[in-house]
Amino acid sequence: MNPINYLYVASILFTIGAIGVVLRRNAIVVFMCVELMLNAANLAFVTFARINGNLEGQIVAFFTMVIAACEVVIGLAIIVTIYRSRRSASVDDASLLSR
Amino acid sequence: MIGYLIGLPLFGAAFLLLGGRRTNKWGHLLATGLSASSFALGLKLFNDMLALPTEDRAMHQKLFSWIQVGGFNVDAGLLLDQLSICFVLLITGVGTLIHIYSIAYMSHDLDRRRFFAYLNLFISAMLLLVLGDSYLNLYVGWEGVGLASYLLIGFWNQKPAYATAAKKAFVMNRVGDMGLSFAIMISFVTFGAVSFSEIEKHAHHASTAALTAIGIMLLIAATGKSAQFPLQAWLGDAMAGPTPVSALIHAATMVTAGVYLITRSNFIFDLAPNAQTAVAVVGAITLLFGALVGTAKDDIKKALAASTMSQIGYMILGAGLGPAGYAFAIMHLLTHGFFKAGMFLGAGSVMHGMNDEVNMRKYGALRKFMPITAITFGLGYLAIIGVPPFAGFYSKDKLIEVALNAGGAKGYLLGGAALVGAAITAFYMSRVVILTFFSNKRWDDNAHPHESPILMWLPMAILAIGSVTSGFLFTNGDALQNWLAPVVASHAEHAEHSELLPPMTVSVIALTLVAIGVAIAVFKYRAESNPNTPENVSIFTRIARKDLMQDAFNEAVFMRPGQALTKSLVVVDESIIDGAVSGIGSAAVGSGQMLRKLQTGFVRSYAALMLVGIALLLLAIWVVTQ
Repeated sequence: MNPINYLYVASILFTIGAIGVVLRRNAIVVFMCVELMLNAANLAFVTFARINGNLEGQIVAFFTMVIAACEVVIGLAIIVTIYRSRRSASVDDASLLSR
Repeated sequence: MIGYLIGLPLFGAAFLLLGGRRTNKWGHLLATGLSASSFALGLKLFNDMLALPTEDRAMHQKLFSWIQVGGFNVDAGLLLDQLSICFVLLITGVGTLIHIYSIAYMSHDLDRRRFFAYLNLFISAMLLLVLGDSYLNLYVGWEGVGLASYLLIGFWNQKPAYATAAKKAFVMNRVGDMGLSFAIMISFVTFGAVSFSEIEKHAHHASTAALTAIGIMLLIAATGKSAQFPLQAWLGDAMAGPTPVSALIHAATMVTAGVYLITRSNFIFDLAPNAQTAVAVVGAITLLFGALVGTAKDDIKKALAASTMSQIGYMILGAGLGPAGYAFAIMHLLTHGFFKAGMFLGAGSVMHGMNDEVNMRKYGALRKFMPITAITFGLGYLAIIGVPPFAGFYSKDKLIEVALNAGGAKGYLLGGAALVGAAITAFYMSRVVILTFFSNKRWDDNAHPHESPILMWLPMAILAIGSVTSGFLFTNGDALQNWLAPVVASHAEHAEHSELLPPMTVSVIALTLVAIGVAIAVFKYRAESNPNTPENVSIFTRIARKDLMQDAFNEAVFMRPGQALTKSLVVVDESIIDGAVSGIGSAAVGSGQMLRKLQTGFVRSYAALMLVGIALLLLAIWVVTQ
């Protein structure tokens, strides 16, 4: 199977994630879309490693996973805190700037 | 030693102004005493001078180093020479007499102390003016007398008209002062120095153009301070000040500063013939101008002011005639100091007895009620119209003679103007005397004319003696001419000498014209019924009453366009300059307002923007790398 197809999948996943971040209001869903984008990037890294026949891409994928894990911890903590104070997980409600 | 001349009255002014109400009781005595001691010191210095040989007479005293910038050094120094000692004696002598007069004249004024403080300030500033050894030092005194004049014209500033008159005098003097400051600047550029001795030394090497420019600027300065055409309009209004002020500042001393300036700058004018001619022409115009205005004034002080203008015109004319005229200009200045101050004090004495009435049409037949005033005024009158052997005869006759001998058309024109001026002078002064002291009595019932106290008539009597004798003393053996010779010696390459008419003939012509002038005045005003109010008069008289339209002219030509100019400048400033500055500000604010809309606070829109931005960036990279 041609590895290029993995890249197509990765770009489709990334696009879905980006659209989700921009369009969805629920912070949890936005957060999951961010994760989706990270994973799309990971898939692309791994695919490039496979295409080039070396390990750099694979290593970067591990780094990305670690960073994603950290991000989840902090991000979820923030979302929960916002939800507790505002009784809403909508990202639009968290705007303090006056119009 | 010379410094004390200035220091004494300056101390008096400072002491009285700072001392405040505590000095009210004896302040006037202190001021008079200081002025008198200054006069005594002047006499002593004069005496010392007489004992010295001619070439050692000029005394120079450096006070302190004033300005030191690079190669530019100005010392505050005093120069007492044959010319300045004349002025010192005139200023302190007449000044002291007028101090004495003012003690009585101002005795009912609540602010007498302030008045005497200003008088002392004036004396010291005027002395600084004539004793300064450089144009810059002279300038300090020049401004000082302007300030004192302003303060004293507006002394009764509770009357708005008087305050306006003071302002007018001050502003018109500023125009002249600008000329003096330009003259100083040009002479600094040309000679690199501003002291009289330096400039005199190097004047020969300067270009005629530069000398002419300095001369014209000095002339402008002189016209401002000496109320000469075209800056003469302030002098009539300056009569708003108390009469002793009119006598001291606006007749005897300050207004003659222009004559002093031109005589002192003889080394410039002698090498700049065009500027010198301009001086003579200005003098000739003014002497006729003042004389014409004098014929129509009903206010005794304004008539005398017009006469002052005219007489200073004679002096300026004399000073504009070069080495031949300087000595006579100064002589006329000194004799004029006596008779005009005497007549002003006489006018003050008349006003004192007439409830401060100044309209001559409400006087008449006062000689019976104030005989001393009438006699002293009459002696001054005989002196000013130039009847021999009174002082004016010697000085004015000499000026006319020098003007006639100027040569060519210039001589005819200037001499003719001086002769006509003499006739008009005789007419208007006779008019003043007849309307005031002779003719019928026309005053109101509540006026009780009476002779003034001795403190007032004594100075008048002394000045009258001066106006009788001074002319003879000055001309006896060419005393003043020889005395001044070292200062105003000829600087021209060749001194041409032509005689149009012999002196005797000139005197006869002048006296005939004077007699005609007097005769017309006697014929016109001798009538027993001089109307109380001005009758229907010709258009010319009405114009002369309005000072030959000088105010209207100034208003139409300088004031209105000046105001229009400032108004348009304000508009330009507000619309263009302010517009540009505040335009930048509001542009920044406006663009900020627009950019503010981008900051919504919505995370999703930030994310979308970021996405679009990255997409565009990638697109750009792709386009570039293709």
